[in-house]
Amino acid sequence: MAELKVVPSRIAVAREREADQPRSPVAIFEMDRPLRLDAGVELSPFQVAYQAYGELNAERSNAVLVCHALTGDQHVSNHHPVTGKAGWWDTMVGPGRPIDTNRYYVICPNVLGACMGTTGPASTDPRTGLTWGLDFPVITIRDMVRAQAMLLDRLGIDTLFAVAGGSMGGMQVLQWAASYPQRVFAALPIACATRHSAQNIAFHEVGRQAVMADPDWRGGRYFAEGVSPRRGLAVARMGAHITYLSDAALHRKFGRKFQDRDNPTFSFDADFEVESYLRHQGSSFVERFDANSYLYLTRAMDYFDLAADCDGVLANAFKGTRTRFCVISFTSDWLFPTSESRAIVHALNAAGARVSFAEIATDKGHDAFLLDEPELLQIVAGFLDSAAAARGIAKA
Amino acid sequence: MLSRTRRDLTMAEAARGPGNARVDHLVVADMIEPRSRVLDVGCGDGELLKLLESRGVDGRGIELSREGVNECVAKGLAVIQGDADTDLVDYPNDAFDYVVLSQTLQATRHPRAVLEHMLRIGRHAVVSFPNFGHWRIRLLLLFGGRMPQTDNLPDTWYDTPNIHFCTIKDFRDLCGTVGVKMERALALNAWGRPLRLNAPWWFWNLFGEQAVFLLGRRGD
Repeated sequence: MAELKVVPSRIAVAREREADQPRSPVAIFEMDRPLRLDAGVELSPFQVAYQAYGELNAERSNAVLVCHALTGDQHVSNHHPVTGKAGWWDTMVGPGRPIDTNRYYVICPNVLGACMGTTGPASTDPRTGLTWGLDFPVITIRDMVRAQAMLLDRLGIDTLFAVAGGSMGGMQVLQWAASYPQRVFAALPIACATRHSAQNIAFHEVGRQAVMADPDWRGGRYFAEGVSPRRGLAVARMGAHITYLSDAALHRKFGRKFQDRDNPTFSFDADFEVESYLRHQGSSFVERFDANSYLYLTRAMDYFDLAADCDGVLANAFKGTRTRFCVISFTSDWLFPTSESRAIVHALNAAGARVSFAEIATDKGHDAFLLDEPELLQIVAGFLDSAAAARGIAKA
Repeated sequence: MLSRTRRDLTMAEAARGPGNARVDHLVVADMIEPRSRVLDVGCGDGELLKLLESRGVDGRGIELSREGVNECVAKGLAVIQGDADTDLVDYPNDAFDYVVLSQTLQATRHPRAVLEHMLRIGRHAVVSFPNFGHWRIRLLLLFGGRMPQTDNLPDTWYDTPNIHFCTIKDFRDLCGTVGVKMERALALNAWGRPLRLNAPWWFWNLFGEQAVFLLGRRGD
């Protein structure tokens, strides 16, 4: 079978339910607490779903905000209620891990525009009773961070000990440090950039076009029409997934090996292991993710340009900051290459900020930040440990 | 090239002072006012920065080797991966009170440019380096007829990171050429102890195993 086959499953049905009624704590912001968006409109009412781990100390000084990436969610360190898989960053977050839930109170919210319980295009618009779809306003990374700040206000947390995240999560970390410097003691932007590059916007556009080219997308109204652009979203994911890896990693993992056969079939079947792997990535992704959410979140990343908010001078975004930064990149990451992290470091140096920067040698590409990279874990642990000592947070 | 590997450290590596600090580090640290802002260029595993922070200094570091940086960051030091030859240019003027270059000058590609950047970024510069005019090195070259290899500088000429050796006199000349003010200078003997302060320069240049200079901007 040459064509990509994607069948809806129980997971997809369960995921659709999570959009409005997640199996996570939810903060609801009624009409009196609208979210003012960069697009110039107000979102109201809206909700933020999140997960929390550990305990807030008496001084309320040990809160750590973890920001998830494009296709992540709030289930950073617990079994996923829909897929049943382990938390997406459970090498990093948990008891005795670098972001130690015995020591810190860790909060991970689902971002605005996503589909796991925080308001987004897959949620029901309470005013109409219909799924938002493309009527949902276009959002930015700054809007996501504003919503997170409102969640923290609701939880009674004034200052964060740390904000950490990779990729789109790292963008949120940088936005936090720029928008609310006095609320962030330490910041860990990993494998990210202060602006989305033309190449990355281009990749996103290909993904969005794949979704929109699927006849089942129906101009974004697929919910109402009882279909779903699974093939388009799967292709988008397959393309994107290549950018998360590296040539070396793909070669090491798959090479030119055949999948369950010794010879080519002289057809367009998935002869190669790498094809089979990508098809699996595509089809499992569409189970757990909403196509419109994918459009909105990739758009938010495209619009991200921290310097643009400061007359083009990136250093001004961090002027006078007292936040401690630890910037981390990976040698084989070609989506957010080390040069992007260096630009962050230069701006922070120019602003006189206290910044550490490490580049980690790995062939695992952009996805390395999610994986069990001992050096990454050691650096994050060391950075947080010394920051916690400076902040006066008791050891676990 | 900026990595301060354990191998190319001078003999002062073995010489330890109070608190088990390296004697050459103590000499550098004594030239720095407490509570000032310091950039350590080529900070290695962060030992000098740790010493400075224990004295209330707000310290930052640059280090070329990935292992060195990662070790520093894991220790909680504010260190970035970078190269003195290419990355100092990104620092704004007057960002620091002191810029330290400890045992690294001879490994840079453009020592003069590095020195000029140091005194642009910081009001003061502290530079320590192995003295190639030391009598033992002179003897090795004179009688051995080969590029000197010593316990402190054990690399062969073809794989040494030290591509710009100089003598104490050479460095003084560079300071004159660049137009910087020599505020203090010290020569250390093979055991890392300072030579007599009132000794003439030729004596330092012959018996100093390494030198430490505190520099300032002319006119300041």
